[in-house]
Amino acid sequence: RSCRPRMMRLLTHNMLTSHVKGVKNGYPLILRVGELVVQEVEFNPDFIVRMLPRLDWPALVQTANSIGRPEIPAIPATVPEQPESNEEFLRAAHTLLLEVHIKEGEMECPESHKVFPIRNGIPNMLLEEEES
Amino acid sequence: GTATMSRPEHLAPPELFYDSVEARKYTANTRMIEIQQQLTQRCIELLNLPEDQTCFLLDIGCGSGLSGDELSELGHVWVGMDISRDMLDVASEREVEGDLFHQDMGQGVGFRPGTFDGVISVSALQWLCNADKRSHNPRKRLHRFFSSLYACMSHGARAVFQFYPESPDQMELVTTFALKAGFTGGIVIDYPNSTRAKKVFLCLFAGTVGTLPSGKSEHADEAHARFVEARRDRRHGKKRVSVKSREWILAKKERKRRQENGGAVRPDTKYTGRKRPSRF
Repeated sequence: RSCRPRMMRLLTHNMLTSHVKGVKNGYPLILRVGELVVQEVEFNPDFIVRMLPRLDWPALVQTANSIGRPEIPAIPATVPEQPESNEEFLRAAHTLLLEVHIKEGEMECPESHKVFPIRNGIPNMLLEEEES
Repeated sequence: GTATMSRPEHLAPPELFYDSVEARKYTANTRMIEIQQQLTQRCIELLNLPEDQTCFLLDIGCGSGLSGDELSELGHVWVGMDISRDMLDVASEREVEGDLFHQDMGQGVGFRPGTFDGVISVSALQWLCNADKRSHNPRKRLHRFFSSLYACMSHGARAVFQFYPESPDQMELVTTFALKAGFTGGIVIDYPNSTRAKKVFLCLFAGTVGTLPSGKSEHADEAHARFVEARRDRRHGKKRVSVKSREWILAKKERKRRQENGGAVRPDTKYTGRKRPSRF
């Protein structure tokens, strides 16, 4: 079991798109980090391998670079060939995707510029009536 | 929420009803916790996920994370969303393992295509049929919810919603909007003959034609998507069995026997439901 509450992780952020009404290109949400924590999560290489095709890797690299903190592990610009047998790569991806937790910060829709604040690890995705 | 005699969705909008006091119940009341766990386990069963695989799941109306705990227990990774910040704060305090989002399902969900291997929702869908604000249009909200959900599920994934429909019309409304969004599937009812044990599930398949699972029943043949059957009958203008016919009385006695162990129900004889001769 975890020893501290989970907060938004970069795996989830990579999957998120803007749900503001009428937005055509709401991906990726621009992430600005106030506070982040790294929490250990059990390494599950099979899960990482299974998620790789669903990720937008360039967006992940871009987000990781924009955070620019020492806690963020270095990842290659593209997914290496045969990632399933590359443990070093899988461990870095695991840390980045599942162990980095965003505690405080905000996300911004790249098209409508709607801002979703993140407080105590929980993003507020509520829209105003005219946005939904 | 759990079913109560007065329907909570008539009292206040969910973000107000599930305040910190109500949220606390979901960590303190063992009966509520037990019900929530059983409902979740049945939802997971109906999801029919591949065995021995960690899946990425969405929990809609995750509340204090009781359903999420069941998902974590099975080794899955999950994202939960709820409209009550109080409930989410309790989930956070309880140190659940999923990512939590403060979100209104009626405003749609935003995830990349093919994100989720499955979706569960325990006791939340009936809230979507309410118009809590003057600007709320339940039909518009149902459409937005189901179409955005369909878009983010992986091919062949299922979404299972346990919910408390207020009426057959509400059940039909919800099902109609789900099918319009592209899902296949329908309603599964467990224990349709028991007022207490009866549970309604909307089981949806994304991008595949699946066979609707059977509801649980003491009598295996009765639980198959009764709602769909009922609709078909009405369409074909099948005559309703008249009240007080022999057929109706036998069926009613049978139902009563099942519910009350048959103690007070008289045995069926050739006299059951027989017309009395007119005296005059």
